[in-house]
Amino acid sequence: MQYSEKVMDHFMNPRNVGEIENADGVGMVGNAKCGDIMKMYLKIEDDVITDCKFKTFGCGAAIATSSMATELIKGKTVKEALELTNSAVVEALEGLPAVKVHCSVLAEEAVKSALADYYHKIGRPVDFEIEKDHDEE
Amino acid sequence: MAKFVYADNAATTPVTREVIEAMQPIFETQWGNPSSLHAKGREAKAILDDARSRIAAVFSCKPTEIYFTSCGSESDNWAIRGAVKRLAAKGRNHIVTTKIEHPAVLNTCRALEKEGYPVTYVGVDENGIVLMDELRNAITDKTAIVAVMYANNEIGTIEPIEEICELAHAKGALMFTDAVQAVGNIDIDLSKLPVDMLALSGHKIHAPKGIGMLYIRKGVFIDNLISGGGQEQRRRAGTENLPYIVGLAKALEVAKEKLGELDRVVKMRDRLIEGLEKIPYSRLNGDRVKRLPGNVNIGFEFIEGESMLLWLDIAGICASTGSACSSASLEPSHVLLSIGVPHEKAHGSVRLTLSHENTEEDVDYILETLPPIIEKLRNMSPLWEEVVKNQNKA
Repeated sequence: MQYSEKVMDHFMNPRNVGEIENADGVGMVGNAKCGDIMKMYLKIEDDVITDCKFKTFGCGAAIATSSMATELIKGKTVKEALELTNSAVVEALEGLPAVKVHCSVLAEEAVKSALADYYHKIGRPVDFEIEKDHDEE
Repeated sequence: MAKFVYADNAATTPVTREVIEAMQPIFETQWGNPSSLHAKGREAKAILDDARSRIAAVFSCKPTEIYFTSCGSESDNWAIRGAVKRLAAKGRNHIVTTKIEHPAVLNTCRALEKEGYPVTYVGVDENGIVLMDELRNAITDKTAIVAVMYANNEIGTIEPIEEICELAHAKGALMFTDAVQAVGNIDIDLSKLPVDMLALSGHKIHAPKGIGMLYIRKGVFIDNLISGGGQEQRRRAGTENLPYIVGLAKALEVAKEKLGELDRVVKMRDRLIEGLEKIPYSRLNGDRVKRLPGNVNIGFEFIEGESMLLWLDIAGICASTGSACSSASLEPSHVLLSIGVPHEKAHGSVRLTLSHENTEEDVDYILETLPPIIEKLRNMSPLWEEVVKNQNKA
């Protein structure tokens, strides 16, 4: 199995690692049993994501996809961030090995989960699905 | 030059200079087919006989009890499949094995199960030692073969093979051991150890990949796996891989000579274990005493093994992991799960396997390199974040 240079770059130099105090939206997806957990923190002003941080327990692909997802949504509107797909993350990373594609799904879900939390906080009904169709276990 | 430390000797080993030199003339000049009647064939036959005799001397067995195969997996497949197929006609169609065997044994058993042969998979204790009471109860007068590995490839636990032989023989079953990891690490004397069959592989002991061996005790009969010509006393067809057989003989002789030097490897192993156990939330997997001389397998909580391996690789250290993410199956190591390590902890294990070729400097370098990697990964783990928050509260 070989990771692309881009994946290795994001694994070795992950962007936006950390936490945000008093974040406007926090989402955590995955579980330790499966070996991947992603936690995403969002700072949102006027429906624009002004800051985004993550913490991830997982393999190289899990770390790289989280890092890439934060880059792709930073500065974007909430609506734009909701349009982020796992394939966009894979594409931006110049590909992922087939067995690692589920990591990109998790990254998409982490973003949506954090946005759902934001919606809850501001009292806006959540009109999107967080979970993609995949096996939980 | 960048640092390079090879600590994955349970996966494979480099072919040593002396083994290459032993094989060289077979490629260059003594390339005959041992089955040919002419001079070139007779020359090759003499070399084959000599290699077989030397290997027999290493194990204190008869040359006619040694059968060359293509690899350890073939030996495992042949022993189990051949035994149960032969003995089913005599009313023995049952196989007893353990939950921590190598896939070459486990998947052979699963395939035979589908063909209608019942299999009992015996459990192990928290250190990986076979549960003897469970094993005793599993073996019946229908059992054809008991297959238990001599030493485990992941956690290095050494099994009580002599006692297991007694249990198998008490019920009239054959005893087979996969000794792929044990050879070169444990002195195996087949005049004393009453196993009926034993499998080994060349590339784990500095011979090339593509050569294996099955020892079959005189008087033990199993069905053939590979049909064809009359090589290997009509029991394993295929022109003998003479250069690799000569390489295997050399490698086994050297390994036996070096058994006395394993103390040095044990010292390096224990220093590594001691150093890594200082890291909080770490756990040694496998038995502390009944353990292969070069095996270190440690789990680190709150991080995942593949990430650790990638960073080790960047630092020039070759290791392996029981994490699911390093495999296509997405299931963590069946061995770690069998010794009771929960899924989430099994993901954070790293295996470092040392050999005679490693040095104290290698151990120093690993001990310098790995702890900061663990710290870095924990600092970006949401699970570690919770641990730190709880510590601060307390």
